[in-house]
Amino acid sequence: MTPSVRRWTFLVAAAALGGLLVWGMSGLPPFGDYHGVYGLLLNEVAVPERHATNVVAAVTFDYRGVDTMIEEFILFAAVIGVAVLLRNMRFEEEHEPEEQARGRRVPGTSNAVRVIGLTLLGPIVLYGLYVVAHGHLTPGGGFQGGVVLATGALLVYLSGEYVTLRRVRPQAFIDLAEATGAGSYVVVGLYGLVVAGSFLANFLPLGKIGTLPSAGTMPIINLAVGLEVAAGFTLLLSEFLDQTLVLDSTGRRT
Amino acid sequence: MKLVDYLPYLVAIWLLLIGLYGIVTSRNLIHAVTCLAVAQSSTYVLLLSIGYRRAATAPIFLDVPLGTRAVDPVVASLALTDVVVGSTVTALLLALAVQIHKRTRTLDPDQLRSRRD
Repeated sequence: MTPSVRRWTFLVAAAALGGLLVWGMSGLPPFGDYHGVYGLLLNEVAVPERHATNVVAAVTFDYRGVDTMIEEFILFAAVIGVAVLLRNMRFEEEHEPEEQARGRRVPGTSNAVRVIGLTLLGPIVLYGLYVVAHGHLTPGGGFQGGVVLATGALLVYLSGEYVTLRRVRPQAFIDLAEATGAGSYVVVGLYGLVVAGSFLANFLPLGKIGTLPSAGTMPIINLAVGLEVAAGFTLLLSEFLDQTLVLDSTGRRT
Repeated sequence: MKLVDYLPYLVAIWLLLIGLYGIVTSRNLIHAVTCLAVAQSSTYVLLLSIGYRRAATAPIFLDVPLGTRAVDPVVASLALTDVVVGSTVTALLLALAVQIHKRTRTLDPDQLRSRRD
């Protein structure tokens, strides 16, 4: 199939698909005129029932907590997939990080970038922890805070040598953190099954609405997700960096 | 039926179709993965615009009293799931692209096909 035949085939199919979608979506309620029963109900009951002021977090980590657990394992599986795909191949040799891959000239880091990066590192880590810890109160949570935490690793890479990053991210520890994060979610769920009678049921006191120790098990689950996401994204980041900076992959396939 | 009432849905359809067009005509696998991310972002627009209510705030009742008119929290939660799955799928596909480039020294889908034949 030549590119132009492919393009025209697509345009005909896309016109049909687009027409179907426009037809289907014209049956939706007009923008801004939402009357969904579940959402309106949850906005009423989530705060008194769960003592979590962030209703989105209450939905994510409580009302549909099992979905989120499975989603967390999608993340887990994808990170494992990337690690397996990017493992060292037989024909690749690992070099010292100082040595640059052939054909790639990496300019040295300027002092300005280094100073700003290292100055930002502390606040970024603190902010990530804040976002994870306050997930049940304000916008944020484990997923968002975890990604913010992983940008800390990116800052170390940007502001220093790659060698430093390899030293501050001991592989075994990151792997352990990721597995612990994923496993803790299941453990919290199973503990709820044993103590409170159903999977992921809350077994902690709900606390005073609007304070940090409130919403029962929700902050713990947020912490577990934050750990897993931070470790997972750090792992993704370092797998891709290893590809460009450490491996000399110019060797021919053997 | 006013156009503005349905404009966000049309934006979602447009994003999906333009992303698919990019994938179909792509000459580079990295570009194709990015186009997939564009196509997927249509689902965020669709979910969030379905849950939007006019003159409503975010469903977070820390500093607004309970009962304040707020948008739908369920679609916001689904969009969160969507973003996470989208980013991990992108990472996985980029890793595949790296591996394909290592083995075949090319990222052009047409050249890949001619090698296989």
